[in-house]
Amino acid sequence: MAKTSKITKPAPKAAPREPKTETKLEELQTQRERKTVLMQGNEAVAYGALDAGCNFFAGYPITPSTEIAEILSAELPKRGGVFVQMEDEIASICAITGASLAGAKSLTATSGPGFSLMQEGIGYAKITETPCVVVNVQRVGPSTGMPTSCAQGEIQQSRWGSHGDSPAIVLYPDSVKECYELTIRAINLAEKYRSCVILLLDEVLGHMREAVCLPDMANVRVISRIKPTVPPHWYKHYDENQKYLSPLASFGEGYRFHVTGLTHDQLGFPTNKASEAADMMDRLRKKITYNIRDLVQIESYDMEDAKIAIFAAGITARAAKAAVAMARHEGIKVGLLRPLTIWPFPDDAVRKMLRDVDIVVVPELNQGQLVREIQRLVKDRSDSKLIKIQRVNGKLISPVDILRKLKEAI
Amino acid sequence: MANIPQKVIHDFLRHDKKFPHVWCAGCSNGIILGSIIRALAGMDIKRDDIVMVSGIGCSSRMPVYVDFNTLHTTHGRAIAYATGIKLHKPHLKVIVITGDGDCTAIGGNHLIHAARRNIDLTVILVNNNIYGMTGGQCSPTTPHEAFATTAPYGNIEPDFNVCNLALGAGASYVARTTAYHTPETQNMVKEAIEHPGFALIEIVAACPVIYGRLNKKGGAPDMMKEMRDNSVPLSAVEKLPPEKVEGKIIRGVLRKEIHPEFTAQYADLVKRAQALGGGK
Amino acid sequence: MKKNYEIRLSGSGGQGLILAGIILARAAVLDKHRVTQTQSYGPESRGGSSRTDVIISDQDIYFPEAVNFNCLLALTQEACDKYLFDLREKGILIIDTTYVKNLALAAENTYELPFTEIAIAKLGSPITTNIMSLAFLTKVTGIVKEDSLQQSIAETVKPAFVDINLKAMQIGFDLADNYGK
Repeated sequence: MAKTSKITKPAPKAAPREPKTETKLEELQTQRERKTVLMQGNEAVAYGALDAGCNFFAGYPITPSTEIAEILSAELPKRGGVFVQMEDEIASICAITGASLAGAKSLTATSGPGFSLMQEGIGYAKITETPCVVVNVQRVGPSTGMPTSCAQGEIQQSRWGSHGDSPAIVLYPDSVKECYELTIRAINLAEKYRSCVILLLDEVLGHMREAVCLPDMANVRVISRIKPTVPPHWYKHYDENQKYLSPLASFGEGYRFHVTGLTHDQLGFPTNKASEAADMMDRLRKKITYNIRDLVQIESYDMEDAKIAIFAAGITARAAKAAVAMARHEGIKVGLLRPLTIWPFPDDAVRKMLRDVDIVVVPELNQGQLVREIQRLVKDRSDSKLIKIQRVNGKLISPVDILRKLKEAI
Repeated sequence: MANIPQKVIHDFLRHDKKFPHVWCAGCSNGIILGSIIRALAGMDIKRDDIVMVSGIGCSSRMPVYVDFNTLHTTHGRAIAYATGIKLHKPHLKVIVITGDGDCTAIGGNHLIHAARRNIDLTVILVNNNIYGMTGGQCSPTTPHEAFATTAPYGNIEPDFNVCNLALGAGASYVARTTAYHTPETQNMVKEAIEHPGFALIEIVAACPVIYGRLNKKGGAPDMMKEMRDNSVPLSAVEKLPPEKVEGKIIRGVLRKEIHPEFTAQYADLVKRAQALGGGK
Repeated sequence: MKKNYEIRLSGSGGQGLILAGIILARAAVLDKHRVTQTQSYGPESRGGSSRTDVIISDQDIYFPEAVNFNCLLALTQEACDKYLFDLREKGILIIDTTYVKNLALAAENTYELPFTEIAIAKLGSPITTNIMSLAFLTKVTGIVKEDSLQQSIAETVKPAFVDINLKAMQIGFDLADNYGK
């Protein structure tokens, strides 16, 4: 059986100008032996962050994300970076946003309860277009829930958690290696799009160990924010040109700009003018919609001749992949579509999938968060073709669970 | 005290579309901002190296008017944002402008932990005893039995002594003054910025339009007079009989000590970590 | 071995099972296999139930949780009762008879030894029961090379505890060699 697994990231049609400041962190390369090692998901996040040039971490202990903070508390000082344990998650998101405005590449890591506390700060980073990354290792909720058990309950929160309309870039790995890769991508996208990028991990993935071989630093592509080249009095903190990817000055560099969480004009000063408010909101939205091809990444696995598609993310997608293999063994034509970028949602790929297959199976560890998006795109198709598998009890959905449902549907 | 001409203040302000300011007539915020600017004008600090961070509230609108690096954050969180800035670029002078509600209610946790860490921030807390921007609700420093829109029968809660809170949390510089005492404010701001560690200045301020009206305090001049007559310098407290100090605002530097500073401690930690060996 | 070989190590928190799982997984990496190691535990550091799954394969491992074990190690009665039914046919069951007194069903390939008692008797403490039983498992299943296990132990445990753990490992190997003799 031909295994066709490809991760597609279509080249942008109207390519946004690539930021020129690309750093290679050679000094780090020499510091780590590159060989196949046993590595934990959270550990891969920490090393991904370091390799992407993260030099500021503020966080608060919470299961199951704590290993990220523990590793960075040891590694960041060695590289001259900052690790600080704050008094709570609210302070953590604020500190990384402040540090980013001072020029740092910053990151925090948390889990459900802390992620909820961070929502206001995430909104602030988004409206002020300040690069930063929040890693949320999801556990069972609501509230304290089951701290050491797995769930995928923050798929919608990661999109809509902060009040008001705002852009969302959310990435979702399914392996330890991808934890590393998508952490780097999250930091790169945060820098490029000047936004708070969220990395969603499943508890099992955060704690899982796998054999991984990390790439040489020479092959790690690191993107840093574009710095302004204009004299200070020409600088606009939110310049509308350049495909909404505008330069960003840091505090202490002579630009003396103003940043506020109030609705603001291009210079960053508060405004109540309808036209300026609309411009700001447009800019936040278009930053995503104009660059959707650069942002969306999906994996299409055995989809070529598939009559049934499974749509799943994270650890559930791994169960789905096993289910695809089992079903194919029995001659059932099944494929898997897996979003690596969960927000912006891969609408086009899902529309194509809905055209190509007869049945879509959506397994997820929540009460129906991913399936909402599929339903939004289904339109005139009857709902019976959508098979839901939902579970929130701390247990994973297994390949057999998916296979059984899938056979029932045929 | 250096005599700073009016033009200098003008020079420190952002003019294009930032004025008129949002403050009511008679508000102390403008007076306090004037004192801060005079203090900074008399110091040898590049404007590029000054970051003014604020939270939400009337006094927190200050940064928008001044020509520094300025950051107007979310409610209560100014100190947390400032901590991030200071840790990443320790050479910057980071000044936090905050109010009584911003700093002691919603942001109380950040205040006590920044004081405990002794991070080199200058926190200027403008205490007008009320939530002015939202129209006069009771704050943690609204006096017992005073009126607020959410305390229509009089406030039954005891009020916070902000300076004692900071002292208890380990702040290494703590001072109190009032908006009436402008030269004193100016000197304290200078001293607090020069102080290598966490500094908190509580500036008792008048809110004639909201707090004043709710509590029949008269107009702005009456409230300024009250600050003058109802406050005692720390140096005089010991000489006065207790009944003359009772209920008075005690002005002065309540603590000025050198403790290990957080960003300096962190720089030492980096040296120790690097001495132990490179990254994994 | 081509396909997934599924191993579950189970017992209670504090018995060092997750560490044993990491050591086994690292040994598999040294042997150039694909491997995943997952775990499930309660919020407490000591007590409560604890298990870790190690899947070793020469193909991509999709689902990282063991479903039908090729091998089950149970160090407590509770763990044995809970997981025994998911042992696949002809799977290997290894139990610590110090704590496991009853078997709900008879498994074809069952190895019974009082690992904890042996650890106390030979090394003065139950703390190395995990490594001893893991070494026994390694020898019985042949899933990783003995040298790889030794190297993995040396790389994984804290330097101060390497010697005692290597002793425990050797005892485990010897127990397997002499089992039933």
